[in-house]
Amino acid sequence: MRGRVTVRPAGGRFSLRLDLRAVAALVAIGGVALAGAVANVGYGEYPIAPLDVVRTVLGMETGDASSSFIVNTLRLPRALVALLVGAALAVSGAILQGLTRNDLAAPDIIGINAGAGLAAVALIVVLPSVPAAFVPPAAFVGALAVAALLYAIAWRGDGSPVRLILVGVGLSAVAVSLTTLVITFGEIRQVSQALVWLTGSVYGRSWEQAWSLLPWLAVFVPLALARAPRLNALNLGDEVARGLGVRVERERGLLVLTSVALAASAVATAGTIAFVGLMAPHIARRLAGPSFGGLLPVTAVTGAALVVLSDLLGRVLLPPTEIPCGIVTSIVGAPFFLYLLFRGRKG
Amino acid sequence: MRRRVKEGVIQVRNPVGVGLGGILALPLRSRGWLLAGAFACAGVLALCVLASVRFGAAEVGTRDVLAAFFAYDGSEEHLIIRTLRVPRALIAALVGASLGVVGALMQGLTRNPLAEPGILGINAGAALAVVATVFVFGASSLAVYAPLAFVGAAVAWAVVHLLGSLGGASPMKLTVAGAALEALFTSLTMALLILSQQTLEEIRFWLAGSVAGRDLGLLLQILPYALAGLTLAFVLGRRVTVLALGEDVAVGLGQRTALTRLAVALAIVLLAGSAVAVAGPIVFAGLVAPHLARFLVGVDYRWILPYSALLGGILLVCADVVGRVVLRPQELPVGVTVALVGAPLFVYLVRWRVRS
Repeated sequence: MRGRVTVRPAGGRFSLRLDLRAVAALVAIGGVALAGAVANVGYGEYPIAPLDVVRTVLGMETGDASSSFIVNTLRLPRALVALLVGAALAVSGAILQGLTRNDLAAPDIIGINAGAGLAAVALIVVLPSVPAAFVPPAAFVGALAVAALLYAIAWRGDGSPVRLILVGVGLSAVAVSLTTLVITFGEIRQVSQALVWLTGSVYGRSWEQAWSLLPWLAVFVPLALARAPRLNALNLGDEVARGLGVRVERERGLLVLTSVALAASAVATAGTIAFVGLMAPHIARRLAGPSFGGLLPVTAVTGAALVVLSDLLGRVLLPPTEIPCGIVTSIVGAPFFLYLLFRGRKG
Repeated sequence: MRRRVKEGVIQVRNPVGVGLGGILALPLRSRGWLLAGAFACAGVLALCVLASVRFGAAEVGTRDVLAAFFAYDGSEEHLIIRTLRVPRALIAALVGASLGVVGALMQGLTRNPLAEPGILGINAGAALAVVATVFVFGASSLAVYAPLAFVGAAVAWAVVHLLGSLGGASPMKLTVAGAALEALFTSLTMALLILSQQTLEEIRFWLAGSVAGRDLGLLLQILPYALAGLTLAFVLGRRVTVLALGEDVAVGLGQRTALTRLAVALAIVLLAGSAVAVAGPIVFAGLVAPHLARFLVGVDYRWILPYSALLGGILLVCADVVGRVVLRPQELPVGVTVALVGAPLFVYLVRWRVRS
């Protein structure tokens, strides 16, 4: 087969087939994401040259005492959170799209974001005296609550993906309308603040948030990668998957759980950043092909690059105003997404 | 489905793919039952409208309601009934009917069971137009919002339809274009609202979707568009049924699909535009009503469309009444109640009725 390399160590206990196209895409986009992160860290009121950024992060001497504090304490966690959030949302979206065989499935559609949004907005507006540190856990609980409801309502043994999406849309509508209610009647200053959270932003994120997000990715992204072959099979349809020896219900349950956990942790950290979970898998699929083994890693780095670049762009566009990166992801992402789709479907 | 085969009708997979109708056995099948059901729905709608006139912030007796029409004496109650309650009830019914039909048309056109104005970018376009105007020119009124929202909705839908038809129309493209533009418009709106707290204060009640404080003038202004849209939609019923079977089947059956798509798109603009112009962006009514209709009548759009209109009207009028009654004298915007009332119903239907 052209463009594929099979790695089979002596002993033959396992083998790995690498799709060269996916590897190339992974390296290229990974490079973009890293460059974006470096630029993101370097940019600001106190600009730091890219080379110095890299040196500082690696702990080398740059001859500037203050840059270590600025880079390592103030800016690096923000860039890291952006990368992690992007990767989590993107993988979550890719899994859902594969499971439901629906190009539009994303954590936004099945209500995960809406649940997190409702919990966070309610906390910000209804209980303004509660410290801001409680918003992420509340959002996480909101996201999980919707996921649990979704599971309880939509699961009837067969775990039909169609029912999952339809019930998700219903739950999402309830959560969104309750959020609207809070926005409509809440005190205007808190509502304003809640809107910023709702659109998604990585402003002022610290190491604490980066560290609390990391374990989720460390557990669930490898889990998703390990499940890629089954996801490939499920994507062909339930009968085919069953014929190929996949335990459909169990695998689907695990994959949904993975997707939900990734989305919930991302949303809890950075608010509801729209469009990444929808767009990143599409971009990645055009670069790396449809097989999930190559697609999932490429999707992850694509999502990371999207969020980190959007955050940079949001700060560069209208200084000193910072546009929340969730707004940038949609404004930049939507046209680009359309372009990709229409270029890709001509044939 | 099984019984359809027995009747000797060609067995077709549900054209919407996963909607409720195709998965259920159809409860109403003969023309007589379908007609009777439609009349029953119309009766329920009339009762809902009456209830909407009867219940509200001010206490009004049933006798006052009748007297306001047959023995008008200019008292405060009669004034409330004639200038506030009746227009409001009629507007809710009209908006609900429009949304129901728009949802059904969109689901047929895109063959996507989730299509509705809130998902295909129309509501978001209208909201962006209104918010941008308020942002630039400051305070405004309902009378100004209405034409702006209509234009915004029409432009948004035109763009979605254009993008969805580039290089050969396909349902998938239309859905994706709609969802992408929806996200784009929504975040632009959010950006404006974040930049200007004043705009947020001004517009947030409108953005929730409401029929409060709409007068007869607004209803009359929008009525021709809505009626034209409804008529066009009902005329198109047979064509939409065929189109919903898929492009290839429709062409094979001799339909000029481009023409049908254009006509359906026009009906959607008229209906969705007038609904959002009067009541602001209301989501979910357009999703629930057609699914309920399909649950009752199956896959034939000649019946789905009128049923969607009636059920959409019932849903919106009921939601409006509930929103006024539960927190008296406070009032919930109908856009909020419609989702709170409709979503559990929808989830229930999906939970118990969808088998795949």
